[in-house]
Amino acid sequence: MSILVDKDSKVVVQGITGSEGTFHSKQMIDYGTNIVAGVTPGKGGLDAVDGKVPVFNTVEEAVKETNANVSIIFVPPPFAADAIIEASAAEVKLVVCITEGVPVHDMLKAKRIIDQNRTRLIGPNCPGIITVDECKLGIMPGFICKKGEIGVLSKSGTLTYEAIGQLVNVGLGQTTAIGIGGDPIIGTTMIEVLELFEKDNKTEGVVLIGEIGGQMENEAAQWIKNNMSKPVVGFIAGQTAPPGRRMGHAGAIVSGGNDTADAKMKIMKDCGISVCESVAEIGKKMQEALNK
Amino acid sequence: MKIHEYQGKEIFKSYGIPIQDGHIFEKIEDAQSTINKVQEEFNTEAVVVKAQIHAGGRGKGGGVKFSPTTEAALENSKNMLGMNLITHQTGPEGQQVKKIYITQALDIKKEFYCAITLDRAKNKDVFMVSSEGGVEIEEVAKTMPEKIIKVWIDPLVGMKSFHAQKLALGLGITGNAYKETLKLFMNVYACYMGTDASIVEINPLVLTTDEKIVALDAKFNFDGNALFRHKDIADLRDTDEEDSTELEASKFNLNYIKLDGNVGCMVNGAGLAMATMDIIKLAGGEPANFLDVGGAASADTVKNGFKIILSDKNVKAILINIFGGIVRCDRVANGVINAVKDLGLKVPVVVRLEGTNADEAKDILSEAGLDIIPANDMKDAARKVVDAATKN
Repeated sequence: MSILVDKDSKVVVQGITGSEGTFHSKQMIDYGTNIVAGVTPGKGGLDAVDGKVPVFNTVEEAVKETNANVSIIFVPPPFAADAIIEASAAEVKLVVCITEGVPVHDMLKAKRIIDQNRTRLIGPNCPGIITVDECKLGIMPGFICKKGEIGVLSKSGTLTYEAIGQLVNVGLGQTTAIGIGGDPIIGTTMIEVLELFEKDNKTEGVVLIGEIGGQMENEAAQWIKNNMSKPVVGFIAGQTAPPGRRMGHAGAIVSGGNDTADAKMKIMKDCGISVCESVAEIGKKMQEALNK
Repeated sequence: MKIHEYQGKEIFKSYGIPIQDGHIFEKIEDAQSTINKVQEEFNTEAVVVKAQIHAGGRGKGGGVKFSPTTEAALENSKNMLGMNLITHQTGPEGQQVKKIYITQALDIKKEFYCAITLDRAKNKDVFMVSSEGGVEIEEVAKTMPEKIIKVWIDPLVGMKSFHAQKLALGLGITGNAYKETLKLFMNVYACYMGTDASIVEINPLVLTTDEKIVALDAKFNFDGNALFRHKDIADLRDTDEEDSTELEASKFNLNYIKLDGNVGCMVNGAGLAMATMDIIKLAGGEPANFLDVGGAASADTVKNGFKIILSDKNVKAILINIFGGIVRCDRVANGVINAVKDLGLKVPVVVRLEGTNADEAKDILSEAGLDIIPANDMKDAARKVVDAATKN
C-alpha cells in the first residue's frame, strides 16, 4: 500500500510539449510511471517524448481516449490555474501542479472549483509525489528513495530530498513522499495527507516538514495529537528568518501570531510530536521514534 | 511589490475611491510651487506634508506633518526631504526620503481602519474594518479583537452589498455618509481584485466633519506573480526603496535576502536554504544571507551567486549546500571551480553536494586542487563553515 498514487495510476501530462513537460515526462517514464497521454492545446494528434506519448488538445479528450485518472501540470504560471480547472472539469481525481509562480487570485478561484468538484490537488509550486518503485509524479530525483515504511510530507522540495536522504542513511525506506507546496493557497493540506498516512497500513511513521508562515503546521499538530497513532517527527525551517521578509516561497513569511518557527515548534512539541531542533536530526529522530 | 502612498492614491482615484488629494515634489526648489498649487486647488491654507517611503509608521517617525501655514509647510518640507526616516518598519538604519507629498488638510470627525487581504486558513479574501483607525491594527487585534469587523468573500461570487452593509453598520456610519461608504467598500474590493493586490490597506479611512468618507492613506502590496498582467503597476516600482544587492541578485534570477551575520550561504530550494541558515546558527554562527539559486542552478548561477555573496563585506566564509535533483552536482562543482578561478578565493568555501552525480562532483572538486573544504552532511558542513568564519 501507499497513498494517492501507485503502479495502477494512469497519468496525463498537461503541458507535455514544453521543455519542462518533456524533460520530466521522460524522467517519470524512466522511473516506471505509466504516462498514457499528454495535453497541449493545438498539438492534438502529435506524439511527445520520442513518440511514446499521444498528445491531445484537451484533458477531456485525453481522459476519454486513455482512461487517465491522474494529471500532472507543467504549464506556465499565467495558465496554470486554468489547467487545474480544466483537469477538474474533466473529472480527473488527482491533479499535481508543479508550476511555480501562479497568481494568488487565480489559485483562490481554482481552489474553490476543485473543492466543489472534490478533485484532489497537490501543489502548486511543489515537487510532486512519489510512491517508491511504483509511480513518480513530479520532479524529485527518484533514485534517492528506497522502498520502506516511512511517509514523508513537506512544504519544500529540496528539504524533502534531504529528509529522504537522511532516512535512507539510517536504513529507513519510504512508502510515499509528498511535497504539498510552499504557496499561500495550496490544494491539499498537511492534515489531509496525515489522514491518508494514518490509514495506510504500510506506513509506520511520518516525517512532517514545515516552514514559517501560515497556520497549517499548527493545525496539523493539533490533528496529530487527537488522531494519529503513528509516530511523527517534525521540523520547521526558518528559525533565523527575519519577520516581514518573504523567504523564497510565497507563503514563507512571518506576519505575526503563531507563524514563527519557534511558535510552531513549541506547538508541535506540546502535541507530542518529536521535533528536530536541527535539520540534521531528521533521520536519527525517526529511528528513535520507531524504537519507542 | 510595494508602492508609495501617492501612487496608491492615483490607483484609488481611478477606482472612484475618494482620497485626500495632493501633489508630489522631489526637489526642494519645487516645494513652494507645489504647496501653492495644493492650496489653490483645494482652497485651503493648511496642508499636510507627507514623506513618501514604502515603510509604514511614518507619522510616529516624524514623516507626516500638519502645516497650518505656507511657512510651516515649507519648513516641514525642508526638514523632511533627504532626512533618514526611521520607523518600526524601516529598521534602525532608516530610509532616505526622496519624495514629498503635499496634500489637502481635512477636518476629521472619526478615523477608521480598512483593509482587504488573503485569509490563508479560509482560502478566501477577508475584508476588515475597525472603528480604531489611525493606530496599529496588530495592537487592536491583540487588545480589542471585538473591534475588528470581518467579512469573508467567496472568490467566485465576489463582494456583495450585504458585506459592505455589515462593515459600514459595524463602524456605526449612518446618515449621508452611509451610502458613500458602501460605495467606497465595493470600490476598494474592485481595486484589490483589479490590481491583483495581496493587500490593500487604508489607515486611516476618515469621516470628515462635513460627512464625507475619505481615504487618508493608501497602502498596497501586489502579488509579484501577477505583475506580468499589470505592466502599469510594475512600472511604479521604486528601486531606491530596495536593497541594492537584492536588486542586483534579482537581475540574475537569484532569490537573495541580506542578513546581518558573517556566514554566506548558497543553497538550492527555499526550504533547504532556510534550514541551512538555521543550522549555521545552531553551530554557533550567524547567517549573512538567504540565497536560493533555484531548481536549475547552472555554472553561471553559481558564479553570480558567489559575486552577490562576496559583495557583502561582512562575509567571512561561504557554505554551498546543494541537494541535486534536477540540478546535477557535477555541474555545480564545475561552476564552483570556475567562479573561484575567476573571482579568487577570498574567503574559505565549504561545499556539501548530495544527490544527482554527487560522487562525480566530489572527484571533480578534489582533483581541481583548490582550497575548498568538502563536507559530508549538513551538520558537518555547518560546523566547518562556522569554524572557518571564526578563524578568518
